[in-house]
Amino acid sequence: MSQRPYQSDLAVLNPIKRSSVTGFDLRLKPWQGGVILAACLLTSGVSFAQTDSTEISVFEALLRWMPLLSKGFIFNIVISILAMSIGTVAGVAWGLGQISTNVLLRKISWFVTQFFRNSPWLVLLFFAMFLLPFEISVLGFAVPFPDWLKATIGLSLPVMANVSEVVRGAVNSLPHGQWEAAESLGYTRRQTLWLVILPQCVKRMMPPWMNLYAILTMATVLASIVGVSEIMTLTGRALAAEGGRTDLLAPFYSFVLLLFFIYCYPIARWTVHLEQKFAVKG
Amino acid sequence: MTWTDDQPMVSIRDVYKSFGDLEVLKGVSLDVMKGEVICIIGPSGSGKSTLIRCVNALNDIQKGSILVEGLEVNSPDLNKLELRKKVGMVFQQYNLFPHKTAIENVMMAPIRVLKQDRVKAEAAARVLIKKVRLEGKEDAYPGELSGGQQQRVAIARSLAMTPDVMLFDEVTAALDPETVGEVLQTIKDLAEDGITCILVTHEMGFAREVADHIYFTDGGVIVEHGPPKSFFNKAKDPRTKEFLSQIL
Repeated sequence: MSQRPYQSDLAVLNPIKRSSVTGFDLRLKPWQGGVILAACLLTSGVSFAQTDSTEISVFEALLRWMPLLSKGFIFNIVISILAMSIGTVAGVAWGLGQISTNVLLRKISWFVTQFFRNSPWLVLLFFAMFLLPFEISVLGFAVPFPDWLKATIGLSLPVMANVSEVVRGAVNSLPHGQWEAAESLGYTRRQTLWLVILPQCVKRMMPPWMNLYAILTMATVLASIVGVSEIMTLTGRALAAEGGRTDLLAPFYSFVLLLFFIYCYPIARWTVHLEQKFAVKG
Repeated sequence: MTWTDDQPMVSIRDVYKSFGDLEVLKGVSLDVMKGEVICIIGPSGSGKSTLIRCVNALNDIQKGSILVEGLEVNSPDLNKLELRKKVGMVFQQYNLFPHKTAIENVMMAPIRVLKQDRVKAEAAARVLIKKVRLEGKEDAYPGELSGGQQQRVAIARSLAMTPDVMLFDEVTAALDPETVGEVLQTIKDLAEDGITCILVTHEMGFAREVADHIYFTDGGVIVEHGPPKSFFNKAKDPRTKEFLSQIL
């Protein structure tokens, strides 16, 4: 007899085919790589055709500025990691506030979360730039508070609000029976939260948290508007230094896009991978 | 007033409970003596689960008194920890902590709540796992166990707190038919060990076999009660008769 699983004409009787979760796979499909390559070639090619013979070629110009632009990009990454860290710590605190038994704390946390979650990131950034002092005194010493740090704090505000919602959502997504079981075993609310509820939430919070990080990373270019020397600012300066040649615009900005893509795409893939993994295991 | 074990271990007096406008319990009274096994049966929505959740203070009551070893549950200054040390509860949906192994589920509360020594708690947990016949499954996660096995871990977890009364809230209702038996056997073992048990169940055969006393609830009141023999054979109330005729 054949070892095939039982098959029937009635769809409901057939075994469910789950999408099998394999290892984390970063590869692009060939056509996706092709599209990216074509876009790069096209922008560069068009630019190349527009170049005067007296000027240096697009490729040479790009090559010349690449190290500086890459440094700028690293600055973006630093800002994103810092903003994410600050936003996560503050967001977890507000998120726990949102599920507190203290009505006042719960209402305040809810309000703070909703306020910063529903504000444009750029406006928050401007607020941080203009409201934060340029230096703070710590133990009598004046510690400078540079623009990039202000921008980082400005960007961490919406992150904070979103993390707060992620925490609240994850806690509420757990079956209520977990609370009841812990309660009937004599755990205090605090013990239940830290020993039973939150450890289970970490898994659930990972995909939205990483998603948020990717969005934040892409939003770091907003800092260019307030004058932080990150990649967009530097690209603008490099273009100006090259005499404002219009044929350089597309290749330079394509390069910027490419850097962000190379950095954010694996995060997006990893997020999808985690979502699939957790969906199967429950 | 100190409690002595010739008094009821659990004494429920004229309990009223409503959720909003919905009256769930309308004056329920019953007593459970030490070592007794009682079963509460009745149609869905008759308030039987609510009743035993009230014993554990998972639900509060509007009126009446619930005494557990002399401890008044319906009191604003109830020491919940003291109550929970006396009362263990097992749920329909097991509610094991999925991120902890079977043995961790069992030993966590003694360590964290009773502040027991870890080594001692683990040794006790192993004995309990053995008692519910799950030797070899100590390091399995709940997701790797069958429903019946999970429910037995949940029973062991509850027993680890050395409660005097065990509450079972339809503990076999979510199980596959073939695993119901193993859970009922575990409860039967407990009953034979003399642990006081209050069960809400739909397993009539089981109730007849292990219960000392059976209570039938309908519409938030106890309609009829008695020892299994007379209850199942000589039910007087028409509602009891109708229920039994449907279910047996």
